[in-house]
Parts: sequence; C-alpha cells; structure tokens
Amino acid sequence: METLILFSPLMGALIAGFGWRIIGEQAALWVSTGFLFFACLLSWIVFISHDGVTEQIQLMRWIESGTLATDWSIRLDRLTAIMLIVVTTVSALVHLYSFGYMADDPAWEAGESYKPRFFAYLSFFTFTMLMLVTSDNLIQMFFGWEGVGVASYLLIGFYYRKPTANAAAIKAFVVNRVGDVGFALGIFALYMTVDSIRFDDVFGAAPALANMQLHFLWSDWNAANLIAILLFIGAMGKSAQLFLHTWLPDAMEGPTPVSALIHAATMVTAGVFLVCRMSPLIEYAPEAKTLITFIGASTALFAASVGLVQTDIKRVIAYSTCSQLGYMFVAAGVGVYSVAMFHLLTHAFFKAMLFLGAGSVIHAMHHEQDMRNYGGLRKKIPYTFWAMMIGTLAITGVGIPLTHIGFAGFLSKDAVIESAWAGTQGGYGFWLLVVAALFTSFYSWRLMFMTFYGTARGNQDTHAHAHESPGVMLFPLGVLAVGAVFSGMVWYGSFFGDHAQVNRFFGMAEPHVEAAGAGFGEQNSHSKDESKDNSSDDATTDSAQTSAALAFGPAPQGALFKAVDNHVMDRAHHAPTWVKLSPFIAMLLGFVTACWFYLWDPQMPKYLVKHQRPLYLFLLNKWYFDEIFEIILISPAKKLGRFLWKRGDGDVIDGTLNGVAMGLIPFFTRVLGMAQSGYIFTYALAMVLGIVGLITWMTLSGGGF
Amino acid sequence: MIQTDLIIILPEIIISVCAMLALVVSVYSGKDALASRLVLLTSALFVVMALWIGNSGGESQSAFGGMFQDDAYARFCKVVILLSAAAVLVMGRDYMLRTGLLRFEYPLLIAFSVVGMMVMVSAGDLMALYMGLELQSLALYVVAALRRDSVKSTEAGLKYFVLGALSSGLLLYGASLTYGYAGTTGFNGIIESTSGGQASMGLLFGLVFVIAGLAFKVSVVPFHMWTPDVYEGAPTPITAFFATAPKMAAMGLFARVLYDAFGGVIGDWQQILALLSVLSMFLGAVAAIGQSDIKRLMAYSSIAHMGYALIGLAAGTAQGVQAMLVYMAVYVTMNLGTFAFILSMEKDGRPVTKIASLNLYANRAPTKAIAMLVLLFSLAGVPPFLGFFAKFGVWSAAIDAGMIWLVFASAIASAIGAYYYLRIVYLMYFGEEVDEALNGGGSPVLWGVLMAAAAIMVFGIVNLFGINGSAASAAAALVN
Amino acid sequence: MSVTVFAFYLFAVSALAGGLFTVISRNPVHSVLWLILSFLSSAGLFVLLGAEFVAMLLIIVYVGAVAVLFLFVVMMLDVDFSELRAEMAKYLPLALLIGVVLLMQFSVAIGVWVFSDQALSARAAVPPAATHNTAALGLLIYDQYFLLFQLAGLILLVAMIGAIVLTLRHRVDVKRQDVHAQMWRDPAVAMELKDVKPGEGL
Repeated sequence: METLILFSPLMGALIAGFGWRIIGEQAALWVSTGFLFFACLLSWIVFISHDGVTEQIQLMRWIESGTLATDWSIRLDRLTAIMLIVVTTVSALVHLYSFGYMADDPAWEAGESYKPRFFAYLSFFTFTMLMLVTSDNLIQMFFGWEGVGVASYLLIGFYYRKPTANAAAIKAFVVNRVGDVGFALGIFALYMTVDSIRFDDVFGAAPALANMQLHFLWSDWNAANLIAILLFIGAMGKSAQLFLHTWLPDAMEGPTPVSALIHAATMVTAGVFLVCRMSPLIEYAPEAKTLITFIGASTALFAASVGLVQTDIKRVIAYSTCSQLGYMFVAAGVGVYSVAMFHLLTHAFFKAMLFLGAGSVIHAMHHEQDMRNYGGLRKKIPYTFWAMMIGTLAITGVGIPLTHIGFAGFLSKDAVIESAWAGTQGGYGFWLLVVAALFTSFYSWRLMFMTFYGTARGNQDTHAHAHESPGVMLFPLGVLAVGAVFSGMVWYGSFFGDHAQVNRFFGMAEPHVEAAGAGFGEQNSHSKDESKDNSSDDATTDSAQTSAALAFGPAPQGALFKAVDNHVMDRAHHAPTWVKLSPFIAMLLGFVTACWFYLWDPQMPKYLVKHQRPLYLFLLNKWYFDEIFEIILISPAKKLGRFLWKRGDGDVIDGTLNGVAMGLIPFFTRVLGMAQSGYIFTYALAMVLGIVGLITWMTLSGGGF
Repeated sequence: MIQTDLIIILPEIIISVCAMLALVVSVYSGKDALASRLVLLTSALFVVMALWIGNSGGESQSAFGGMFQDDAYARFCKVVILLSAAAVLVMGRDYMLRTGLLRFEYPLLIAFSVVGMMVMVSAGDLMALYMGLELQSLALYVVAALRRDSVKSTEAGLKYFVLGALSSGLLLYGASLTYGYAGTTGFNGIIESTSGGQASMGLLFGLVFVIAGLAFKVSVVPFHMWTPDVYEGAPTPITAFFATAPKMAAMGLFARVLYDAFGGVIGDWQQILALLSVLSMFLGAVAAIGQSDIKRLMAYSSIAHMGYALIGLAAGTAQGVQAMLVYMAVYVTMNLGTFAFILSMEKDGRPVTKIASLNLYANRAPTKAIAMLVLLFSLAGVPPFLGFFAKFGVWSAAIDAGMIWLVFASAIASAIGAYYYLRIVYLMYFGEEVDEALNGGGSPVLWGVLMAAAAIMVFGIVNLFGINGSAASAAAALVN
Repeated sequence: MSVTVFAFYLFAVSALAGGLFTVISRNPVHSVLWLILSFLSSAGLFVLLGAEFVAMLLIIVYVGAVAVLFLFVVMMLDVDFSELRAEMAKYLPLALLIGVVLLMQFSVAIGVWVFSDQALSARAAVPPAATHNTAALGLLIYDQYFLLFQLAGLILLVAMIGAIVLTLRHRVDVKRQDVHAQMWRDPAVAMELKDVKPGEGL
C-alpha cells in the first residue's frame, strides 16, 4: 500500500506529462488528479491504522559500493504517516483547485497547452516529496530533497516567459544549493564517522557521536554538534530560515496553487521534518539545539515584522509562512519534536487554505495581487471570505484560553510558545515568539480588512467583474477549513498530551516513566547539565570499550526520540497561567490594532508611515537583507568572477588549454594519422617494435631469474 | 567420463551441430533464399543458449582434463558474447539484405566464430586457447572481406588476415616458450611452476609474447593498427560485430590467461598492462579527433575503451576483474546502440558513414538524436550515465590497488576523448546545413536497439540491473 | 661416433641449411626445393626419435602435397622476387637491429634456462612403453586431445567455407549441366510429334 502511495503520483506525472497527447488534455488532468486522490485515501488509511511501530519496506537494492550499502526502501513510522497525509491531502486538493485556477490563464495564448505540464509538475513534485518523507536513509532523502528542489524550480519558473519568474526560480534554486552544501557535508560527515547512512545505524550511533571529535575547517568540533548544525543548515535552506530565507517571497512568482502546495504546506516544511527525523541525533547536540531555537525564533519575529507592511497579498502570506516555520523550529530546537510536527500539521491545513483563498481572491480580481487595489470584496465573494476568515482565525490562534477548545492554530501555536517558555526558561525564544504572535495577528487581520472590508479601491472595472470562484476551487477550501478548525482539537492529545499518549502515538519506548512522574517536582534539582554529564559519561564508557571499532548501539525505538533528561514538555504543561495566556493576549492586541488602523481610522497607517519613515522603509525592504547580500556577497562574487573569468580563466587556463587543445593534440593527431599509413608493412612494424619494447622492459624491470 | 565432459560443453556442441546442419540444408536447398530466416534462427539460438548458460549456475567444473573450464567467469563472458552477437545479427539483417551481402554462410560463420569465442573464455590450456582463437579469427577474417567486390572490404579482410597471422605467430611463439619453460601447456601446470612467486625469464618472455598476441585481438596499442582500416572497410554490421562480441571474448581470454596461468606473477604483468592501457587510452583519444568517418571514429573509440577496461586487469585484484567485466558489458551495450544508429544512417536510401552528414540531425529526428546524445555522453563517461559508472568502477579498483597515476592519466585521456564524442553532439544540435545531410533510414529493429541501449544508459545507473553481483561472483571464480 | 649420432647431425645440418637456402636463394623454384630438403631432413629426425608415423606424415603431407602446391603457385604467379628483395634490402638495417635486440634478450633468457621442477612429470605426450607409437598417438589425439581435434576440424571447416564464400562465383551467362533435369527427363513428354500438313508451316 505504501508503495502504491509512493508511485501513484509518479504514474500520474508520467501519464500527464508524456501521455496527454495520446489521451487528451482533460483526461490527462483527471488521471493525475485521480491518482493523487487515490494516494490520499490510502495515506489516510495508513495514518489511521498505523500503530506507531516502525516498519521498513524494501523496494529494491540500490547502491552497493564498498561499505556504502543502500536499499531503496520506505520507512514507515508516525512521522512518515503524518507527512504522508499532509502531502497527499494538500496535493490532491491543489490538483483539484488547479482545474479552476489554471482554467484560463492570461499568461498563455489561446491554443497553448500548458495545463498537462502544470499537472505533471505538480504530480512529480508530490512524488519527490513522498520520496523525501518515506526515505529510510540519508542518500534517499537527499535524492528526494533535490527532487523537490527541481520540481520547485520548474514550478516557480512555470511562467517562463516572465523574466521575474525565471529570476525567482533561479534564486530559489541557488539559495537552496547553499543549504544543500551543508546537508551534503552533514551526510558525508555521518558516513565518515558512522560508516553508514541508514537511519537506524545513524540513530544507534548518536550517543557515541556525542563523544567524538571531528576536525572541520579550522578546528575540532564535537561530532554530534557539527553534524546536527550541518544538517540544520540544509534545513534552513529548504525551510527559508533567516539568512537563507530570501528566496521564499520571490517564489510567489509561481502560480498560486504551487505556493499553497510547495511554499506553504509541504516542501518548506521538509527542513522541520529533517530536524524531527534526526531527533535521536539532535538530542545529543545541545549547541545545535540552541542554534536552532535562536534561528527559529529570530526568523519568526523577523518575517512577521516584514509581513506587517507588505502589500502583495501573496507576499504577506509568504512571510507569514516563513514566520510560522520559525515557530516549528523553535519547538524542535527546545526538544519538543512532537509539537513541531503538530504545528506543521495544523499549519499545512490553514496555510494551504489561506493561499488557496488568496488564489481565489486573485482569480476573482483578474490576477491583481496588490491589496491596495482590493477592498469591500466580502459581498462579492462570500465563500472565499468565510474560508479566509476561518484561516485567519486559525493562524492568529483564536480559542478559549486555558482550555483545549479552539482553532487549529490556537492549540498548536500555544503549544509551541509554552514549549519555548519551558525550553528557554522564559528567555529569548519565548518573548520573540509572543511578539511574533502579536505581529501575526496584526498582519493577518490587516490582510482581511484591506481585502474584504472598506471601500473598493483600484480599477473599478475589475471590481465590477469580481466573481465567486467555481466549485472545484471552493471544494478544496471547504475541506481545508474543516482541517483548520478541527485538526488542532482532534490531535492535541496525541502530539502534546501527556507522556504516555504521545509516546504511544509515536511508538516510542517509555524508558523514563518514573522520571516523567517526578519530572516537574525535581525540575531544578535535576538540572540539565548534570544529567547531560551522566549520559555522556555512559557513552564515554561505551565508546572507550570499543574505541577503535566504535560499536554503535541499536537505534532507539519510535519515530521521535527524547533524551532521558528532556522534560521540556512536562514543564511546558505546567507553565504558569500568564505564559499560557500571553499568546492570546498578543493576538487580541494585534486584532485591536488592526481594527484601529484599517477599520476605525484608515488614516492612521499613513500618519505612521509619514512619521516613522525609517522604520517603515526598514520593514518594507525586508530589513535590507537582499541589499546586504547584494553588497557583501553578490557584488564581490561578481567582481571575483569577472576577475577569474578575464584574467584567470581567459588568460591562464584558456591560454594553457588552448595551447594544448589547439596545438599539441592536433599535432599528435596528425602524427598518428601519418602513422596510419595503410601499409601492412607499417602495421607489422609497429607490432614488432611493440613486442621488442615490451620484452626490453621485461628484461630491465622483470622479476625473472 | 567423456559423457560428463560432453555435457559440460553441450552449448558449444549444440551451436556447432546446428550450424553444420544449417550448412547442409542450405547447400542442398534454396541457397541464399534461406539466409534471412537463418539469421533470425541463429540469433534465436544464441539467445536461448545465453539464457540457458546464464541460468545454469552451479560449481566451477572442468572438462577434457582441465582443457575446458566452466565457471561463473566463463558463463558471464558467454552470456555477454551470445547476447551481443544475437543483437548484431538481428540489427544487421536488413542492411545485409539490401546490400546483397546476405549469403547463408554469413550467419554460419558468425555462429562458428561465436563457438570459438566460447572456447576462448573457457580455455584451460594454451592449446585450447589457440584453437578457440583461431576458430574465431578465421571466421572473422572471412566476414571482414565478405563484400568481395569492394576493394576496401577485401583489403580490410586481407590486412586483418596477414596481421592476424603475425599476431597468432607471436602468440604461438609465446605459448611454445611457456611450454618450454613451464613444461606444460595446461594453465594449472603453468601456475604451479610459478608457485614460488618467481618465474624464469624465459617464461616471462613467453608471457610477453602471449600478451602481445592477445593485445592484437583486443586491439590495444601498439597492436591496434589494423582496427581503423578493418572497421572502415568491413560492411557496417560486421564492424558492429567486431566491436562487440570478439572484444568481450578476447578480453575474457586475456583475464583468463593472466589469472589462471600467470596468476602467480601478477607483479610482472601488471606494469605491462598499465603501460598498454595508458598508450591505448591516449592514442584512442588523440587519433580519433581527426576522423571524418564515424566507423573509423568508433575504431579509435574502441581502442580507447579497451585501454580503460585494461585498467581493471592491471589492478590485479578480484575487484579489478569485476570492474573490467562490468566495463565490458557496458561497453558492448553502448556499442550496440551506437552501431544501431550508424546502421540507420542513410541518404537517399544508401548507407552513409560520414560524420559531416550528421549536421543538424536533431532537427530531423529529435528522438534518435537524443538517444544518440545519451549514448555519446555515456561513451565519453559523462557522469549521470552508465558509462561513467563503468569508468568509476575500474578507477576505484585501480585506486584500491594503489595505481593512482594510472587513474590520473586515464582521467586526462577521457577528457581529451570527450572532445570527439561531444563534437558529434555539437554537429547534431548546432551544426550547419549541408548537402550531404541524412534523410531517413532505420528499421524499427534498429530504432528499438538504439532506444533500449540509451534507456539502459540512463536507468542502469540505479543498480546496473544487478550485473554487479554476477560480475563479482565471476571475478571471484577467476581470482582466488 | 655411432650411426645414430652421425645420422642426427647429418639431418640436423641439412635441415638448417635447407632453411637458410630457402630464404636466400634467388630463384623461387630453388627455394621450394630447398624447403623440401628441409622437410625431408626433419622427417629423418623424427625417424631417429622413433616416431616413424609422424615422419611419414611429414613426407606425405608436406613434401607430397604442400610443397608441390607451393611449386605450382610460385610458377603460376610469376612474381618478380628480385624486386621484392630490393625492397626488403631497404629495411634490412632496421630488421637487423630488431633482430639483434631480440636475440640479445633471448640469450639472456636462454642463458639462465633450467627445467621447471614439474617439467618432466608434466609432459603430456610420453610414449607408453608397451604400445606402438602410432597407437599411442591415436590415443592421444582421439582421447586426451579429443576436444582440440574436433576444434581443429571446425577450423578447417570454417577455412573451407571461407574459401568458397570469398572465391566462388555463380556466373549466370554460362550454361551448366543440370544432372537432375537430365535424369528425370521423361521421354514421353520430351518429344512431341506434330503432324505437319503439306504446304503449311508449324
């Protein structure tokens, strides 16, 4: 069944991509969509029937080279199952949605067939994403990782006649490569130290890695930390975290369904997935965890602050995505991986819905994306309005405080913030996330108010022709709305409930039941450092016994792993009331401010812009990240490139190579041509000379007696 | 005892008997009218035999007092030989028919030469080696000159024959030296006489002469001179045959002799092979650049490729033999595809072999052009394709054997060699309009072979279709 | 010096001399005759070794058939050997150089030549004491070397096919005797009687 899930999108992609000339355009679209829905159905069956025990399903033997033995197999555990439903559900809905959205695209001329290509790319993307999430080893994951990169490149650049789309596609590809270098280095380092890239071996070796030193660049590093950081750099690229985030907003050049599928629900969460997947390793890398938390929290705040002033509806949501990914990383960074996955799941629903809703608005407004030209659309497109409303309620985290009732975002985001409080002892991460929650609320409501309330601005013709989207576009919105409302409440217990439930859900063993029971009480006495010493002491004795061969233990059970001393989740459960209330208050503050700025006193924003101009420009230009990169990286690189090209390549290398290629080799070619005289005599002579030469060499060097 | 011996060589017996029966039937009946059907029957027989041999498995055994070895190594080589010969027969049928060369003797001669090749890779004695070699070569001399009205073809046949006789002389001389110094012609006897890891100078001279004789058959520098002329002169299907099965057989025999008979003095022949390999790679790469005829180009290409395959042998390890076997299998596949393309090169219904005629071919037949592109990239050893992995295999074997300089040299050679492969790609895609451009040609069979070979180059990278495993067991059977 | 020893040196010297003069004599017909002398001397050597069957084979096959064939070919082809020889003289220095180099190396090898330890025991064709050597030869060829014998047969077959393929031409413009047509000719059908009326043609 898992094999079917994995390959049906590929079949869809192949049939839609290559077979549409044979079976017709519409049929190709329906076939690929049908395959996706089939995969989606199976995924849900797998998810619901999954009992938490890790399964490995071997598809074929793959690479065998020295000690590098790799099968192509599916690793099915809870983590995979979650990703399966996220990927296939959103993908299936996006396929369906695209029927309406791509129906008559003004970017193409009348007779052109662009739809099968689009669907083929979508299906292909889904296949590679499934490859990524079902992988059983790092190489396979890397293939999927690059595969989604390619698919994303193709889809961002789908409007290939548009220069900005091409530029954005290239930017996404290049920035991702930076992260991939880190990822690849991480894989190499793992292979070097563990001599295997299978997850089971790697996880089993993690405790030993924590005591190993690796030399990298200029100094020695703790192996576990180094590898975890390298892998995280890969995750940063894919998940658009700070410094490597610049591609995500530009990626909005792609068609909106693509944004919903790739740049909100699936591909960008691959980084989070990677960190959670590698949790057995990350748990032994305290510095890496700190870094993850720091980067995640900074991204959350940064992206949310930029989102405050953007006017392109898709860019607002893109920055929001960036920010929410930061939340997930914080949860993972403090060691509560289940919460990271929880937020990933709920976020997939509401963010995909927001994107699809935005797509519906854009569709209604004839591909106008600037919010300043919207306004008063509530009546014109009521269904879309309500869908967006649900999405906004979900992302801002509306619910009843101190209970478990609320929209999906309420439960998962509060869980993240509480974990951040517990994990950082109420420090940096926590406060950044709370402020980010305030910003989130503000820009989300700003989006709603600018789009649906107030008076119609911009081209009145467009407003007059604004119309509700067809049913194929509204149905996915409805399905996602259900998810956005209920997914939090349904799975709260599984992801962030008590220990036993979470462990059961993820199939983890319960090695520290007693510790969990006493967890809160001895919070202070059982301090982190102390127990870390204990665990590393154990590992030291382990590895000391087998210092040369490094016999690694078996992999820990279950989809996620928590170190023995990891009680962050318990502490989060027992967080003080003010901590639990803080995101709600932030949300309210944001809502009220948005109402004030955009409903009650529409002049207020203009006033602020005028008086706080530097701040406004700072935010509008995204903290000048692109410009800084331009100055410190791109233009020196260009200059260096120009120098190497003109001087190094042009004069030195080309000169030498040309000398060899244009002079020496043709000379030999001519000589050999002359030798090939056509006379048997010459040929025989060559043979005889050859044998004389060989015999002579044998006499001179041979070992005969 | 004779019964078990006969059962061991049953595949060879069946092919020979069938060929002789076919000979009798053809002579007394419709003569060449049967030829077309005979070609198909022969290749079907080859395929059946290949399947049989491929699936027979089992322990290594020897027949006729050690003269004939049947082990995993021989079976691997035989399967490659039989399958490639079958493919070439089917591919060339149409061409031979149209050029009036399809006489009934053609498939029979091929069948006999295949029997010779099978004996070669199974040889356990210098005499059996020589018999197999001559059986194979004699048939090849004849088919090279098959187009007897053409000066080029007869010249090719004659050159091949005279130089082949010279190489046979060298080989025989080496064999007699070996016999004189080892006291026996049996491989197990020879290896026993070198069991101390030392061999007398005379034995080593014998080894050198044997190597020279075999080097002629695999066309390695400086025993390669016949190759371009014969490749160009012989009818194209025959050239395709020359480039595939006999190369595999000769290479198989090469390894067989070196390991079974001279496995005790690896250090002595390693350096010779490394030298031959470097010379071949560079000569193949450099001399091919000036060629304007694609068959000549393929001749130099095969010289270079034999050089790469020899790297595997020069490594002197089981890993090296395995890499060599995989390399040869990949090489044969690439050449089958390439020659399928060459056979389909036509202008106004007449075969063409000028490289210039490929100008802008991509505009006229995009599918075939892309398949050819894949094959050429693979021949050049460009990474995503199978050809690269084959090269990578021999390289890593050489590195493990500590011959880094050899790997370095071959990397340079392959960089030079890439030029002429890519030049064809360039012409096909960005060339200029010329008068002699191809227009049409190509039967479905050729199209199928071309596409299949290209597809293998792309999809084979997943796990080489599991060929690595059987090559490993073959190498283990040889090197122990 | 016993008769055997004398005979050995006689045959050995004449074999070498025959070989030498085969190469250097000016007249090609003389060359062939010298070759025949060389063959005969070798046959004598075989007799001395007690291998009379092989000796007779050598005379019958090489002297009786091969050499005579050579003679015919030499006489029919009418090649100007002196011209060829002049051509050869041009490359003589090079050939000599190669020859000398090889000779020196081989002298090194032969200088240290010893029998391998297994050489005596490994000999394949030791004539058994009790058997006649023709019978021993038969046993060897048809039993131990059965495979090689058969393969040799195949090689000859291929050579035959090859010769026919490359030389036989079916000319269409000559009348050939068709034996079957002649034998199966039915007299009743072959002849038809026509009653020709006077004054009319057929």
